[in-house]
Amino acid sequence: MQTEEGFELLRSMWRIRVFEERVGALTRANEIHGLIHLSVGQEAVAVGVCGALRDDDAVYSNHRAHGHALAKGAPPAKVMAELMGREGGLCRGLGGSMHLVDVEHGLLGATGVVGGNVPLALGSALAAQLGGSDAVAVVFFGDGAVQGGIFVESVNLATLWRLPVLLVCENNGFAEFTPRSAHTTVERVSDVVAPYGIARETVDGNDIIAVRGAFTAFLAAARAGEGPALLECLTHRLRGHYEGDPQRYREALAEEEWQQIDPILRLQRTLEVEGEEFEAEARAEVDAAERLARESPFPPASLTAELVYA
Amino acid sequence: MNETTYLEATRRALAAAMRADPRVLVLGEDVAEGGPWGATAGLVEEFGPERVRNTPISEAAIAGIAVGAAQSGLRPVVEIMFVDFVTLALDQLVNQAAKSHFMSGGQLTCPLVLRTQGGAGQRGGAQHSQSLEAWLTHVPGLKVAMPSSAADASGLFASAILDDNPVVVVENKTLYFRRERVPDLPPPVPLGRACVVRPGRDATVVALSRLVPEALAAADALAADGIEIEVVDPRTLVPLDLDTIAASVKRTHRLVVAHEAVEHGGVGAEIAAQVQHTCFDDLDAPVERVGAPFAPVPFSPPLEDAYLPGRAEVAAAVRTVLGRAA
Repeated sequence: MQTEEGFELLRSMWRIRVFEERVGALTRANEIHGLIHLSVGQEAVAVGVCGALRDDDAVYSNHRAHGHALAKGAPPAKVMAELMGREGGLCRGLGGSMHLVDVEHGLLGATGVVGGNVPLALGSALAAQLGGSDAVAVVFFGDGAVQGGIFVESVNLATLWRLPVLLVCENNGFAEFTPRSAHTTVERVSDVVAPYGIARETVDGNDIIAVRGAFTAFLAAARAGEGPALLECLTHRLRGHYEGDPQRYREALAEEEWQQIDPILRLQRTLEVEGEEFEAEARAEVDAAERLARESPFPPASLTAELVYA
Repeated sequence: MNETTYLEATRRALAAAMRADPRVLVLGEDVAEGGPWGATAGLVEEFGPERVRNTPISEAAIAGIAVGAAQSGLRPVVEIMFVDFVTLALDQLVNQAAKSHFMSGGQLTCPLVLRTQGGAGQRGGAQHSQSLEAWLTHVPGLKVAMPSSAADASGLFASAILDDNPVVVVENKTLYFRRERVPDLPPPVPLGRACVVRPGRDATVVALSRLVPEALAAADALAADGIEIEVVDPRTLVPLDLDTIAASVKRTHRLVVAHEAVEHGGVGAEIAAQVQHTCFDDLDAPVERVGAPFAPVPFSPPLEDAYLPGRAEVAAAVRTVLGRAA
């Protein structure tokens, strides 16, 4: 990896980290409302995957969507404004945290229904395939989505139709409040799909170089018409399932243990750089995003009726 | 004008739409084989397996794929073989398709058509005979059409495919093979425009789907007694053409709403409420509803026949609103 490329990945991860921490603070200050799920600790997956994509590649995200949106190129101010319910938000304030969409940058959807986004990515991949494009569709989901029927239906169809779709599982070990071991006897998500003969790999999802390496190989194959793949990224959700989650179900990670696996610190060690400069840059960006979001008005009440139908 | 069936009219409308627009494709169980009734017969030969896609029995994924494809520039037609199985696709229809334009602040459109069929009368038992359209009318963002004739089956389907919103077309299996004289390709029927199927002065009967021919049969019987009813078919439940219904009620001053679905919580309740609000001073009698009893559809043939509302129930309801109960 070239140094400048590494710096770009670091910049993108810091942007998400600082943005998410700010969202947490604003949620606690009652300035952001609703159900907020932060991706602090999982930045390497969003950036390792989305950083390799083009604007015409579709991404479908889930309830933990902020990092995916930022990594795909959504402007931080528009994401922040959306979380605050403002007219200047990505979705004019009608979507909110779990339903971020930025068509311009290829973020075609995010859903609060676990697993509900998986077939949508197949549909987008089908459109690319029939249209003769080499674009792909990517769907992010957690390990909790894998136990749902629609996941199996989708894996079956993706492989049957050799769709250019990349299934990216962020396995943070917890489905909401419950460890994976309490939900299934299959430890690895990549093993769940084994019978379908789909290309699959499990990587250390906190190692952005590993994520990016495995993903770009799958991406090249999908662009070449070789069909779908599943990438399982083992990662760690540093915060609760949602903001305000008391997390009685698990022990907090010891600080020194976290420093060993923090994807940002790891990339900094690899690149042999200190993070201050990148963190400061991200902070300035997020400050500006927050300011712009606050300046944006709430949408007019008439907007609700206006957008029910196209 | 040639004789054709509701089903054949549906098939022709789909073929015409696929010829006119290469973005239109059809997905569903057995569609390349023509489906159980032949609604997609011959399409794979003309358009190929990429656009006439057989799917596994995976209703949720089929619907979800259609949503993603629609958001990415295609115009998919999804076939769900029985409306009873739409239950398996409801997350995709209700949470994804219906809300994507709204939740994206207008960035996304979801031009998909879900065609399915409902209704009892063929001894299918309680899981292959339901009328579930009321659920779908309760979801903002969906449009819902229920054709009762061959011309409307074609015309509503054509409009649904051209529409930029998700549209559910609920056909009725017992109407599939009725023969009617219609043009080879009837014109599109705008969504949201009701049709006065038979004019009359004494009472308005708003009837859905199979209850339209039943109401017409009731009209013939009542006419023998000098009672002239006006039969109005809303054709689409969302959007609902209240203007046409209200104009009829203002002429006749009496209303019966008739559908095969369970009366409790049915679309008839919504129509009755809207009419009493709009036409309170015009009504000379309480609105009567005709619908199935609050029970699953029974299998045993005499029980199913007794369960199903039809011409007799419509005629009785008309006599009630006219104060001439037999």
